[in-house]
Amino acid sequence: MDSAYRKRLIAIWIGIAAVYLAVLLLDMTLRPTSMLLTVLKKGAIYSLVAVSMNLLNGFTGLFSLGQAGFMLIGAYTYAILTMPGDVKTSESVYKYYECFITFDTGVFIGLVAAGLMAALFAFLIGWPVLRLKSDYLAIATLGFAEIIRAIFQWDVLGPVTNGANLLRSYIDLTRVTLPFTDIPFPPTLFVFMVSGICILIIVLLINSSYGRAFKAIRDDETAAEAMGINLFRSKELSFVISSFFAGISGALLAMFQYTVQAQQFKSMMTYEILLIVVIGGIGSISGSCIASFLYITLSEWWLRGLDMGTFLGISAPSLFRSGFRKLVFSVIIMVIVLFFSRGIMGDKELSIPRMRAAFARAAKRMRKEAAG
Amino acid sequence: MFEVRNLSVNYGGIEAVRDISFSVDEGRIVTLIGANGAGKSTTLRTIAGLVRPRSGSIIFDGVDITGKDPTYIVSRGITMVPEGRRIFPDLTVMENLRIGAYLRKDSIEGDIDWVFSLFPRLKERSWQYGGTLSGGEQQMLAVGRALMSRPMIMMMDEPSLGLAPLVVRDIFSIIREINRQGVTILLVEQNANMALQVADTGYVMETGVITLSGRGSDLISDEAVRKAYLGK
Repeated sequence: MDSAYRKRLIAIWIGIAAVYLAVLLLDMTLRPTSMLLTVLKKGAIYSLVAVSMNLLNGFTGLFSLGQAGFMLIGAYTYAILTMPGDVKTSESVYKYYECFITFDTGVFIGLVAAGLMAALFAFLIGWPVLRLKSDYLAIATLGFAEIIRAIFQWDVLGPVTNGANLLRSYIDLTRVTLPFTDIPFPPTLFVFMVSGICILIIVLLINSSYGRAFKAIRDDETAAEAMGINLFRSKELSFVISSFFAGISGALLAMFQYTVQAQQFKSMMTYEILLIVVIGGIGSISGSCIASFLYITLSEWWLRGLDMGTFLGISAPSLFRSGFRKLVFSVIIMVIVLFFSRGIMGDKELSIPRMRAAFARAAKRMRKEAAG
Repeated sequence: MFEVRNLSVNYGGIEAVRDISFSVDEGRIVTLIGANGAGKSTTLRTIAGLVRPRSGSIIFDGVDITGKDPTYIVSRGITMVPEGRRIFPDLTVMENLRIGAYLRKDSIEGDIDWVFSLFPRLKERSWQYGGTLSGGEQQMLAVGRALMSRPMIMMMDEPSLGLAPLVVRDIFSIIREINRQGVTILLVEQNANMALQVADTGYVMETGVITLSGRGSDLISDEAVRKAYLGK
């Protein structure tokens, strides 16, 4: 390991630590309902699911659209497991069904189980589905996600899933405590930590020999096979791991929004995540993270005014009314797809030398313009 | 060391290979030459486990490896440099080499040094993406990648395809050098002249069958071969 590399590594860790410290400070000082904290939380959750989708679509070359389905499984698993046993047996949530799960677990077990359950489903459907290629795989996974949503709302499964009714009263973000104490865990920091650890694991995986095998399959399946890579096993591995983390992000989403209902995990949600992956750059982890914060900030916060009558101080209630935000958003997306088709980051990662080079280029251009 | 017995392969609805038999002795360079569509590539792909044969057997070191999957075959010590190089364009040169050693559990640093000593150009470009290399460099990378699995037999499918004559000569001298260092080579070529010059034994394939065989130096002066493949 040469010293330049080590220096860069140290710089990265310091940067990450600074981000977490900033999050902690914001968590301590701002109102818990502040827009900034909401956006940070949701952005971190979407970062995780976008990165998990990127692992499949960007690094393994499997065009899968099942993400919302796996998030749903994770969200439900988490909600059902962490809901206190007496709530489950009482009438307050399960009004029309007798819930037969009487125990409850802590947050940690709930999160891990959410991931494992999603991974199990992925393992099972991977057998038939991963034999398909490109568009066919996308259609099959999309169909799977829709089937899952229907099944979770099925009457017969009511004693477990509460049918089409929503789940609540489980351990949400405000009720997470520091281990072995009653001190509440700063909620935004909690989301950042869980997402951060999961993304770190994905990054380590991508840089391992498994990750290299994924990328080899993406580049050229036949050549990868000739190298002795077992195509099916590698694809299945990537699919299962991606779904595991999608499941965890589903659980985080459940924690974030206090209630869970199968209805919200529509294919629209998968498209949103796909959009984030494309905007960030297919094959770039940092791109996915940047894009998800950007997307969430725009759609939940900065462009809100477009729906509410006042935007950037301009009041035009007849123009800026419900639905206008979506229209502006669509235009932005079209511009990105047309002019930045490789996304913000392409398939590169954010790094200090690259940022420095970009700044130097921009400065040079500005000097030139000033001189000429 | 390596023997193909009465191999027949159906590929893409046609009988691409019909009842061929040949053998490769340890430490030799053996070549299959023939025109387009003679079944040479199909033969290699079948040995590599990418295609299943209809009948016949492939014996390697006394073990029947017919119809086994590529993972098994690579781990037994048979590796292939595919036609058209097929390096991984979005992986760096270094990553391409590491993928070649995917099935190995032992240390590969020594082998990377070995490949770099064979191809100094690859060392200069180890951080470059595979897709940015020139055709000749990509062929070197494809060979280096195959060597990373520490093969006993390296099968090469048309290594001269699409390369400038000077580069082709480099590649063939490297093939000789690799063979000198103990790797048995099974070479499929349309460039019969070059192939027969380096080969100890040659087989001529025509529409799925082997029509002629002999020592490389004998075939090169054989009247029928000269007429059909050497353009003389």
